[in-house]
Amino acid sequence: MGLFDLFKSRPKNTAKTAKERLLIIVAQERSAHSAPDYLPLLKRELLEVIRKYVNVDPDAVMVNVQREGDQEVLELSVTLPDKD
Amino acid sequence: MGEIIVVTSGKGGVGKTTTSASLACGFAKRGKKTAVVDFDIGLRNLDLIMGCERRVVYDFVNVIHGDCSLKQALIKDKRFDNLSVLAASQTKDKDALTQEGVAKVIDEMRNEFDIVICDSPAGIERGAFYAMYFADRAVVVVNPEVSSVRDSDRVLGIMSSKSRRAEQGQTPIKEHLLLTRYSPDRVEKGDMMSIADVEEILGVKVIGVIPEAPEVLSASNSGVPVILDEQADAGQAYVDAVARLLGEDRPMRFTEPKRKGFFQRMFGG
Repeated sequence: MGLFDLFKSRPKNTAKTAKERLLIIVAQERSAHSAPDYLPLLKRELLEVIRKYVNVDPDAVMVNVQREGDQEVLELSVTLPDKD
Repeated sequence: MGEIIVVTSGKGGVGKTTTSASLACGFAKRGKKTAVVDFDIGLRNLDLIMGCERRVVYDFVNVIHGDCSLKQALIKDKRFDNLSVLAASQTKDKDALTQEGVAKVIDEMRNEFDIVICDSPAGIERGAFYAMYFADRAVVVVNPEVSSVRDSDRVLGIMSSKSRRAEQGQTPIKEHLLLTRYSPDRVEKGDMMSIADVEEILGVKVIGVIPEAPEVLSASNSGVPVILDEQADAGQAYVDAVARLLGEDRPMRFTEPKRKGFFQRMFGG
């Protein structure tokens, strides 16, 4: 850094920002990819079955795997449409 | 039984082929019977970095198809007689690599060599998948930069769940990071993530740090892997990395900013 560089204002410590952003996105992606491969297909088939009886949105079915200690819990939630 | 080491990264342009070539020469120099295999089918380049591009007769896909023997396809290095190169094919056929075909070649090489280095293509497609599938160890090449670090995490995840070792329930692939294009000055200024930052994000230890240096380009220009440039910091950093991969304990070098003289500090440069 030369003498004249002292007068230039520049953003500081972008490395810290990079690290913080990466810690978040990496944690998020790890949990997404650690989900079993069959989840998307399971979700699609469940949706088809439910739609035989109730007309729900594609977004109305939520399938998740939660880890609680040693156990894995398959969480399934279906939002039914409002009754007219 | 030889050891299979994959050099991978996810992201392109981070230095996989440069690293594969240098590690291969480094192991050969240390007396290991070594082979280095280019898995980048369609985009052969390892031969250029190794400086043997005009001696490629047969390639990896020829061996898989049985057009020639493994022995015929291996190119002997001119510098080390215990080092061989297996070039990638330039076919556009995406299905050129098959699991059985790659398994056959890798198993034969495992019997023949002490160390087999698999130079992975970028991405997570077929070539990259087979490069890591049979590995015992992985050297994940990372630049201290957001996209490279994120892609490395994806590759580490795929290795831990989809490799042969993972599928067969054996001990997992031993993972190492190799940081390239590291600039201690920029780390000190807070413009670049440090070794510790990258280790913390990825949860894997760094086995070598290669400084950003002009000699890396000169080396590839001339087809002489940079590890053979004994004057260059980058070359010496690769020598250290090879020693650590062989189980030796060596302190990291070239990871602190070089102290500049008074005039340089006042007037830049």
